[in-house]
Amino acid sequence: MKVRFWGTRGSIPVSLTANDIRGKLIAALTGAAGRHFDNQNQIEAYVDHELGFDICGTFGGHTSCVEVDIGSQEHFICDMGSGARPLGNAMIGKFGPSGQTYHIFMSHLHWDHIMGFPFFAPIYIPGNRIVIHGCHPGMAEAFRRQHSAPGFPVDFASLGAEIVFETHEPGQTFEIADLSISIKEQIHGGNSYGYRFEHAGRTLIYSTDSEYKLDQIAELDKTVDFFRDADMVIFDAMYSLAEAVSVKADWGHSSNIVGVELCQLAKAKCLCMFHHEPAYDDSKIAQVLAETRRFEEITRQESPLEVLSAYDGLEVSL
Amino acid sequence: MNLTTKRQGNCLVVAPKGRIDHAQADAFKTALDPYLVECKAGGTPLILDFSGIEYISSVGLRALMLAARQVKEQDGSIAVAMLTPVVREVFEISRFNLVYQVFDTVDAAVAVLS
Repeated sequence: MKVRFWGTRGSIPVSLTANDIRGKLIAALTGAAGRHFDNQNQIEAYVDHELGFDICGTFGGHTSCVEVDIGSQEHFICDMGSGARPLGNAMIGKFGPSGQTYHIFMSHLHWDHIMGFPFFAPIYIPGNRIVIHGCHPGMAEAFRRQHSAPGFPVDFASLGAEIVFETHEPGQTFEIADLSISIKEQIHGGNSYGYRFEHAGRTLIYSTDSEYKLDQIAELDKTVDFFRDADMVIFDAMYSLAEAVSVKADWGHSSNIVGVELCQLAKAKCLCMFHHEPAYDDSKIAQVLAETRRFEEITRQESPLEVLSAYDGLEVSL
Repeated sequence: MNLTTKRQGNCLVVAPKGRIDHAQADAFKTALDPYLVECKAGGTPLILDFSGIEYISSVGLRALMLAARQVKEQDGSIAVAMLTPVVREVFEISRFNLVYQVFDTVDAAVAVLS
């Protein structure tokens, strides 16, 4: 099972500014001052191994969109944030414009999770089949309303692909093309749903836009069971713990601290922090990643938990 | 959870011991509650001496948040002092160092809160 991240930002897309790029260039050149590079390989080694990812790269700015690749003929995608635009183009480049089936699993219907759908090019091409899975009864209406005047010039009814909505019940487990899918209701404004994907002995959890109430022990226990022994947990770590239990309580998001604790209890192998706060720049996200790895280290009881911070373009093989 | 207390200046110094984790957070909050009542405007500032705390989890930090909220509503003063290195790191990573005034020593806390 491979996981590719096309959009990892929470709430609204963000992009680097000219000042951000300038800052990265200055930091990179400052680090290289007085050094001599004989060839391209040495330059690339400096960039790749000596500069931090917050300097040589970026965590990116597209909103939630994650591809789950099990090597099947049918394709699996979590959420339709703005990352769906580059994903759609990549899919067409890889598999051709038509004749494909795309299964899309919706965490919920908030704007940042559906905004990429009108720019997911396969929906315009006859011969494609788009199956949108979720638990919200208003799912079809949310997509149709977004795809209509005055918000968008192309009406939903004129889309070329066959588009099907499949409404599921939380707690349900079903299979598509040897991929097992289980769904859990989560705490978020208007509810959200987490997905547990299992294939060929590997397990991926997609749990974004979810708040974990620390006084609701039974619900926390259910979450630990849902995360149990996962190879990777994609986890909404938008806020610090202090924010999540104070000024941003009931905003429907969680923290890095709670992510580590839940994954440790569940004996998960990897925590992948996701749905980054749009106000955070690359250095701030890198700082949170370093701190979270340190927190995992000082609270480790058994096997280590790998901690990642998702970025647009990240690919992980489970 | 047993808390030892002492007066220092016009402050009350409360010292818990052990771990404030998922198993102990409720007991910690219950034990702390009586001392929060007098932590109000014109009342007794409260200093939590954390030198005996080995670890505090998210649930324990939530209990501290509830305490801080109550004290703020009462216009009182509360602070923590003498964090062990691990607990200090947990405070910084969770950003609870922005919620609580953190002092290296009880004396330093008393000097500010008195």
